[in-house]
Amino acid sequence: MITRIEFKLNHEWIRLSVDSERTLLWVLRSDLGLTGTKYGCGIGACGACTVLLGGEAVRSCTIPVINVKGKDVVTVEGLAMNGHLHPLQKAFVEHNALQCGFCTPGMILTAYSLLLTKPAPKEEDIIESMEDNLCRCGSHQRIIQAIQSAAKKMRR
Amino acid sequence: METRKTIEADSAVPGAFGMDRRQFLKIMGGGILVFFIPAFPGQVQEALTAETGRLPKDFNAFLRIAEDGRVTCFTGKIEMGQGIITSLAQMLAEELDVPLSSVDMVMGDTELCPWDAGTFGSMSTKYFGPPLREAAAEAKAVLTELASERLQLPLERLGTKSGVVFDKQAPHQKVSYGDLTKGKRIERYLDKKPALKPKEDFTVSGKAVVRTDALEKVTGKTKFSGDVSLPGMLYARIVRPPAHGAELREADTSRAERVSGARIVRDGDLIAVVHSSPDEAEKAFALIKAKFSRPRTNLNDSNIFEHLLAVAPSGNVVAETGDLAQGRGLSSQLIEAAYRQGYVAHAPIETHTAVASVAKGKVTVWASTQRPFGAQEEVAAALGQPLQSVRIITPQVGGGFGGKTHNKQVVEAARLAKLTGRPVQLAWTRAEEFFYDNFLPAAVVKVASGLNQSKRMVFWDYHVYFAGGARAPSFYDVPHQRTTAYGSWRGAPGFHPFGVGPWRAPDSNTNTFARESHIDTLAAAVGIDPLSFRMAHLQDKRMIRVLEAAAKGFGWSSTTTPSGKGLGLACGIFKGTYVAVMGEVEVDIASGHCQMKRVVCAQDMGQIVNPEGARMQIEGCVMMGLGYALAERVRFRDGEILDLNFDTYQIPRFSWLPKIETILIENPEMPPQEGGEPAVTCMGALVANAIFDATGVRFYELPISPERIHEELKVHARV
Repeated sequence: MITRIEFKLNHEWIRLSVDSERTLLWVLRSDLGLTGTKYGCGIGACGACTVLLGGEAVRSCTIPVINVKGKDVVTVEGLAMNGHLHPLQKAFVEHNALQCGFCTPGMILTAYSLLLTKPAPKEEDIIESMEDNLCRCGSHQRIIQAIQSAAKKMRR
Repeated sequence: METRKTIEADSAVPGAFGMDRRQFLKIMGGGILVFFIPAFPGQVQEALTAETGRLPKDFNAFLRIAEDGRVTCFTGKIEMGQGIITSLAQMLAEELDVPLSSVDMVMGDTELCPWDAGTFGSMSTKYFGPPLREAAAEAKAVLTELASERLQLPLERLGTKSGVVFDKQAPHQKVSYGDLTKGKRIERYLDKKPALKPKEDFTVSGKAVVRTDALEKVTGKTKFSGDVSLPGMLYARIVRPPAHGAELREADTSRAERVSGARIVRDGDLIAVVHSSPDEAEKAFALIKAKFSRPRTNLNDSNIFEHLLAVAPSGNVVAETGDLAQGRGLSSQLIEAAYRQGYVAHAPIETHTAVASVAKGKVTVWASTQRPFGAQEEVAAALGQPLQSVRIITPQVGGGFGGKTHNKQVVEAARLAKLTGRPVQLAWTRAEEFFYDNFLPAAVVKVASGLNQSKRMVFWDYHVYFAGGARAPSFYDVPHQRTTAYGSWRGAPGFHPFGVGPWRAPDSNTNTFARESHIDTLAAAVGIDPLSFRMAHLQDKRMIRVLEAAAKGFGWSSTTTPSGKGLGLACGIFKGTYVAVMGEVEVDIASGHCQMKRVVCAQDMGQIVNPEGARMQIEGCVMMGLGYALAERVRFRDGEILDLNFDTYQIPRFSWLPKIETILIENPEMPPQEGGEPAVTCMGALVANAIFDATGVRFYELPISPERIHEELKVHARV
């Protein structure tokens, strides 16, 4: 059913007329052109489609768009502010914490959500919260280092 | 406009370009163009020609210095995470004396880039790098000549730095590359070998740099194929059989047709639904009722090994030294074993994706592929169009590992675009990705071996079924040895129940698992520490050096296995690169859970262009290798693939991560060898050997899953 939905997307309110059952992932990618959010598995098992919903990392491939009505959604495109990279983005670049880069947006947003609740995470905390984000190229060691280094910078 | 040529080239090279060369060069505009050919050694060239039937003797890559001073390298290679977008640019920047930031890489576009066989087999840096450097040296020589005329100075007084030619005696006297190329049109066809910069003068190459594509990747700006959106584009879903070998009986699409905006496309066996929105296409797709005949092959992931042994073709002896009968006679202890490896998926996070558009007879496809020129041929053949009318553009590829050498989705998208008259995006679902993957082949290796009274290997009779023979021969010093290969890793009708193909280090994972496991077994049988046992059977200095480096880095202490400590090692040679890994595993006896705690990898890969890139590749190999060693195995039954997503098919996760330490051995005298694959080959044996050291139980089949460990240890405990 076509419904009018308002929600905050990357810090600005937007209004859409969409079929409310459609998934957030495809609305973001095909209707709104925000292609940084990726399809990887379609069942919430890989984390490539991760976005922030009210600051919490969620799997956009399993969320009907109606569920974000009135809420605050941030995608990887909304992370840099006023032309400045977020410390996590900077750290991922500096640590070469990516290869093909397909899982990277989801990795960064999941880490963002972790640092909101745990500004000084231990390695075990990072592993636990990143566990369901899959990377086939094997950048895991560098991703952990990048998150640790970003956390340190953000605490300053 | 000035034109100088050192070789007269044909005006049109059918097959080498997507269009007439004259037309092509015209659109290139002014500047300096240097054309070159990758330096394949004879046998590689032959193999490539045999495989592709299309290796042109003509130049097949080039670089351009434009009038604005920007340098562009046009290559048919593609970037899929392995990092050549950075390392090739580094080599070019180094030799040409320009900042890395002024280099642009145009990759995998069949219209702009000269023909290339594909990005696989880790050949990019090894065979493409040296002529790229030579081309850059040639360009630099042209620029210096031009500067000599412009500045009225002899060549020997001129130096180059940061895109500028300057007077060595008065450095303020200078002219930029951009200024020198203005209004010029100079073409060079590289046939001689210009002098290259000595490695002592390197400032860019060999230095750790940040990936040049990292910024776009962390901001979500990078375009992968599925991120391409064209006006009027439709998203497609294709009806798939439930099992390999299944045939379509009937399909009822009437309910799907009633979904608003959905359109059904039928062309022979191809039944698809297209819609302007991907999830509406999905919704309509779910309403299609298709019936298939189901084959009964009675093959599954448990009995596949018996099947493979039963259908194997006769063997080819690929290497032989001494006399096997004599070796057997000299043996005081004979040890035989069979090793097995199940099917493993590539599972890149980006599924096979393509966006195709057909307009005025011209087909353009943006595709996630490791073989854009192969895709071009396949699309042209499928659509019955001339090759020149098909253009494949390869954006960044979200992981390949060999799996994207197969271009099925590219052809499907092109067919649908032609049938609908609209641009079509086809992004395979994860289930399609698993179903149509060309897996690492299941394989069996049988080894019979013998030791003499002085604890030396004297006999090695090695039989490999479907894992490839080229790299199967052992490099250990055994006087009487023979290697026989049955079938190849490529598969052929009647052997495997579905597609198999190149999987990162295609012929080496199963062979290294078998060889290095068996060497450990022999070492344990004579009570010698596995490192000393290997060293005692090695002559090759490079191999001895990587083992010594790994042992030093790891802190390997001589001990016989099983020591209970969970230590293991493995080593191998892959395409000119030597690698040794050592590691420590912790096995939870109760659950069977295995955790690699630490992995040290020493590698000698010749000259190292991008040390950071090399380390990243090794780390990636370690993680990916843990997957096939500990968990990954595609389950199937009667052609049906039972693992179709990441809920049941487990790939390595953060919690699996060992502390990975990489040791790059300086070997500047040797040109760059290969870095993307060697370490992955050792991971199966490393894990098996470490588990043996921890538990005393030898595992002969990969993956060594927790269930298997649990079962085996239970049996062992009863004994």
